[in-house]
Amino acid sequence: MAAASHAAPSSSGGQRSLGRLAWPIGYVVVILFLFFLYFSILPSLVKPVSAPVLAWLPVATINECLMWAIMALGLNVVVGYAGLLDLGYVAFWALGGYTAGWLMAFPFNWTWDFHLFSPVKSTLPGTHINFWLVCIVAGILCAILGLIIGAPTLRLRGDYLALVTLGFGEVITQFFRNSGDIAGFNLANGDPGISPIDPIGTGPLGAAGIAPPLLTNSAAGNVWKILVLGLLVGICIFVSLRIREGRLGRAWLALREDELAASMMGVPLVRVKLLAYAVGAFFGGIGGVANASAITTAVSPSGFDFGKSVLVLLMVVLGGMGNVWGVTIGAFLLSWLNSNGLKQIGVQIDAIAGTNLEASLPRYNYVILGLLLVLMMLFRREGLIPESRTKALMQMPSRTEAESLGADSLEAEAETDAVEHSDAGADAKIAASAAAMAGSGAAAGAGTSSGARREDES
Amino acid sequence: MATASLVVGGTQRKAKVRLGPVVERILGYAVLALVLVWLVANIVADPDRFLGSLLVGLQNGLLYALVALGYTMVYGIVELINFAHGDLFMLTTIIAAGLMVTLLGVTQLTAVSILALLLALVVCMAAGGFINMSAEFLAYRRLRSAPKLAPLMTAVGLSFIFRGIAQQEYVNGSAQKNWPITWGGPVIEGVYVYKLVMVLAVTVPLLLLMTWIVSRTKMGKAMRAVAQDQDGARLMGINVNGTISFVFGLGGALAGAAGVLYFLCQTQTYYDTGTQLGLIAFTSAVLGGIGNLSGAVVGGLSIGIIQALNEGGAYGLGSTWSQSVVFIILIILMVFKPEGIFGRPTTEKV
Repeated sequence: MAAASHAAPSSSGGQRSLGRLAWPIGYVVVILFLFFLYFSILPSLVKPVSAPVLAWLPVATINECLMWAIMALGLNVVVGYAGLLDLGYVAFWALGGYTAGWLMAFPFNWTWDFHLFSPVKSTLPGTHINFWLVCIVAGILCAILGLIIGAPTLRLRGDYLALVTLGFGEVITQFFRNSGDIAGFNLANGDPGISPIDPIGTGPLGAAGIAPPLLTNSAAGNVWKILVLGLLVGICIFVSLRIREGRLGRAWLALREDELAASMMGVPLVRVKLLAYAVGAFFGGIGGVANASAITTAVSPSGFDFGKSVLVLLMVVLGGMGNVWGVTIGAFLLSWLNSNGLKQIGVQIDAIAGTNLEASLPRYNYVILGLLLVLMMLFRREGLIPESRTKALMQMPSRTEAESLGADSLEAEAETDAVEHSDAGADAKIAASAAAMAGSGAAAGAGTSSGARREDES
Repeated sequence: MATASLVVGGTQRKAKVRLGPVVERILGYAVLALVLVWLVANIVADPDRFLGSLLVGLQNGLLYALVALGYTMVYGIVELINFAHGDLFMLTTIIAAGLMVTLLGVTQLTAVSILALLLALVVCMAAGGFINMSAEFLAYRRLRSAPKLAPLMTAVGLSFIFRGIAQQEYVNGSAQKNWPITWGGPVIEGVYVYKLVMVLAVTVPLLLLMTWIVSRTKMGKAMRAVAQDQDGARLMGINVNGTISFVFGLGGALAGAAGVLYFLCQTQTYYDTGTQLGLIAFTSAVLGGIGNLSGAVVGGLSIGIIQALNEGGAYGLGSTWSQSVVFIILIILMVFKPEGIFGRPTTEKV
């Protein structure tokens, strides 16, 4: 008996630790499988087997998917966790990309040479800093930008918040577009942008001859990038999951579901909101560096348009807001469709039906994405893999309906005032409105004319 | 006294991040004063350029006002930022171009081509109204009781669809398309007088018509009732769906008229016009106080004039920064006066 009771907790503890390790193990297996698939399995297979796989899912597309997953996970923190609709997320992607442009590229403006753990030859001119350091720097810069963007939006809700973030996104893109001449100083080379940006180095692996020393956009480099980007995505997933369980994450969820109630429960709104922006922006900065260094090897303002913000938001919404796995899958699905999927579907339809869609289908990507979004909102609002709480939230009747059932706004308004301004005057106002309510309630009990009288008052 | 302040500091140390209302108000007035100083400086430095910019601002501002009205009416009635509205406007510019240049062969605005202009106005207003009403019927109507994010995302999706359609080669292509229309007539400070006259001649009657519809007709009354309380309006026997549909149609028609005018003024079409101009128009609507019709017109005119002064005035940042200027106005406005010039402050109802 004693032995049994002793064994039970330990076995359940073992189960729990296994459950905790389930996703990291699964994730590592998936990434390693992808890596070995392209590294050793596919090249050794016969062409009829490997060709369709490479056509449907080229390595470059996988890298793009991983990069977008970083972005989507970052936006998920802001939109999915904290419920702050951000339509200017591209700003962080841009700043991250330009940080890479400033810190790991050939000179476009400055003349000094500076190398810090950089894999490129030390004779090259310009600033060259290690990819991982640049990731951290870009993350921090973006987090600061996130705080700057977040600060004026603290008091705004819903639509207005979306609009202001959108405005910031546009301002920052335009800033980089005009950056060739900021008060006479060439800050980021304006329209042509900065190129080429250093590839990621492999350090000891490269020195040992296992991996190519520089992960350029070649076949060999792309395969190894799966590991690097996979690691970044893994870190983002880990951070997202851990933060969500912690005090901050629970504060964000409370904020998302009811801001007023959360603040009444003692959630420090200002700090929690700003942290949501900062954490989301940190991810966005890393995504920007990954994009600039591993995917495009260049940054130019034309890539950072409003459509990209919406694309990332679409990934979050499609996958299921707030659910890390849903968001990751949403990112994979949409970036695959965008980069390779539509074309390949066109090719397939061409082969079957004899049409000519290969070239034309990708041109309809905006229409298809838009249609997808509208249909999604109409028929599966909570996303592909919804979080249980989001599901409930998205299917709840709106507040106007609850209001029409009898919630009174007079009292609520005074309360809101009191919370927002927290001064003594509002307390008096609450008391006064409560008195008025009591009076009108009594009148309602006494006579039938009170409804008409209150109409006149308001 | 010292102890009292200490106690207050002790209890409120963490919450006191935001500025006090008084400081905020002073800052707000300071911003306003800066704008006035900037205006006066522009007049003093170069009155001719100021006049030119003012005329350009008037011309653009009226177009912004037309588009902003569509935003503000829809927001007023269903509390939805119709992100697709700007792209709807863009589609009507393309329709106007196809109709006037490709079909009717207008290359110069003369007395005869006024007929073509009228035809284009009718067609584009009908098209704009129809597209907007169908969007409402097919998508927004089903989302009326959903959380606010859902209709907003739907609007973004529709805007993608509109842009995607315009990007097709057989519609407009992904590059800017210039149309061969030449303007004659007198020019004041780089402004074609006939352009301004045309914009005024179309916009002012439309705005008057709008005011009449909203304030004098039965439908206008229904609109105001539905905007106040949908359930209440339904109980009073108002056809809520029909009214909302009508509002969308009206907004779309105004966007259509703006599309024709914009095309004739700029003589070019571009799939991205809608996003850019739509955002500016929405800023105008917010500036005037969203949901407020005369506010949208005032906001449109102010944004138009500020933008024109920024581009053409003596002390301006130039056209490369015009988007940024508009959005910085928006952000400052949001910080100091989110309800707009004419709007009433709203508080969240619990």
